[in-house]
Amino acid sequence: MSQATLRVQKMSGHAGSVPGDDAQREFTVCKLIDTTTCIGCKACEVACMEWNDLPFGETVFDNTYQTMPETRWNYWNLILFNEHEKEDGSLMWLMRKNQCMHCAEPGCLAACPADGAIVQYTNGIVDFQQANCIGCGYCITGCPFDIPKMNPKTNRVFKCTLCADRVSEGLEPACIKSCPTGCLHFGSKEDMKDLAEKRAKQLRDDYNFPQAGVYDPAGVGGTGVVYVLHDATRPELYGGLPSNPSIPWSVKLWKGPLKWLGNVAMVGGLIGLFVHYLRFGPKSREDEDIHPRGENP
Amino acid sequence: MQATRRDFLKFTTIGGAAAAIFGFDLEPAYAQLRVLKIARANETRSTCPYCAVGCGTIIYTIGDRAKNVTPQVVHVEGDPDHPTNRGTLCPKGASLEQDILNDRRLLKPQVRRPGGTDWQDISWDQALDEIAQKVKDTRDQTFIEKDGKGNTVNRLETIAWTGGCTDTNEFNFLVVKTMRALGVVHLENQARV
Repeated sequence: MSQATLRVQKMSGHAGSVPGDDAQREFTVCKLIDTTTCIGCKACEVACMEWNDLPFGETVFDNTYQTMPETRWNYWNLILFNEHEKEDGSLMWLMRKNQCMHCAEPGCLAACPADGAIVQYTNGIVDFQQANCIGCGYCITGCPFDIPKMNPKTNRVFKCTLCADRVSEGLEPACIKSCPTGCLHFGSKEDMKDLAEKRAKQLRDDYNFPQAGVYDPAGVGGTGVVYVLHDATRPELYGGLPSNPSIPWSVKLWKGPLKWLGNVAMVGGLIGLFVHYLRFGPKSREDEDIHPRGENP
Repeated sequence: MQATRRDFLKFTTIGGAAAAIFGFDLEPAYAQLRVLKIARANETRSTCPYCAVGCGTIIYTIGDRAKNVTPQVVHVEGDPDHPTNRGTLCPKGASLEQDILNDRRLLKPQVRRPGGTDWQDISWDQALDEIAQKVKDTRDQTFIEKDGKGNTVNRLETIAWTGGCTDTNEFNFLVVKTMRALGVVHLENQARV
């Protein structure tokens, strides 16, 4: 029986360093999504539901072929169908597989106050540990891609795990395996970047997409999910993919300067209290009552 | 300074409490909630039953085939060694697990009699007997030995055969032999695709 575990390199709400940090060499895994060859068949959606044994829910018809308007706590992988009108007036479908981006510097992890509720493994996968989750929902605020979703019944937050259970055993994620057009690829981050750049070059040179490029935003330290887009200058066309995602400034402020200011204030207060005690000693009400100040006993 | 037994206990208690409060975690930083659900599953190679592409699948079944165990299908995914799909599946194929586990899956033959509105359950033996009888009756009644010009044709135009995508080449070979022997000309199967 497999006792598969993945070593952790980042941990939310954790005081001090993470014991596993820098302890092991490991390559970063990455998912490559070539939106130009996606046909919107939703095999990845079904494979995700099937592998992760997610409960079945109602789909929502919204005048597109999209399964539902956005991902849910129990529906982690959603193809967004975006109709785009080109300059010449013809229509084009920009389909994007939407799921957790597995950022190198995850906003959810930065915002999470619960010790070990969100972890990043040494292979780059960002995973939620629902056992440690306190249900505050700050990760939802911290995510620039609007991915974590709360289960209203248990107040726990769920999202795509990049099939960490499969990856730790040397298998690719379920969505990757199912993709019949081969628009999904899985491998090391370097290999996927290489493949993505080659495909983008091919699109620019041979397929008349001069703006084609790779989406690997630096604002979150690069992502574990890399897109090839027809038009990399306008990622917003693909169902609101942020062109320059970053951790919200409120989270940055709160987890950066404000946290240290708070620590300084707290420790300073304690020191002040102690110094005051040394200087003036304990307050003695009885002495004052019996011997008012200025009188010798 | 001489440490007494009382001092020793005092300091270890204080030290332990401090470690507990300020964090002293010897556990290595590993985490993962789910283990691979197919780690000890049996792999059975099969073919997707839906379209004519005939993708190879692997059906993962838990249970070690011991006498007292009823195996349970837990997962189905594409067969990487299959030349048709090389591990991929379409959304319909990817949902095969639910096809197998579905409450509404038919497990025995059913018949809807001419003019009837309901499906009735019948046994395999009865179904095979009835089909065989109908094939014989139809052939006896409508077999064409000679066409209008007097050429010997020996054909049977009132029965058609169509094969499913899970039929193997060997099965289709036998089907063609049998149907040709009956004189069936409307004959289609997966071996032609």
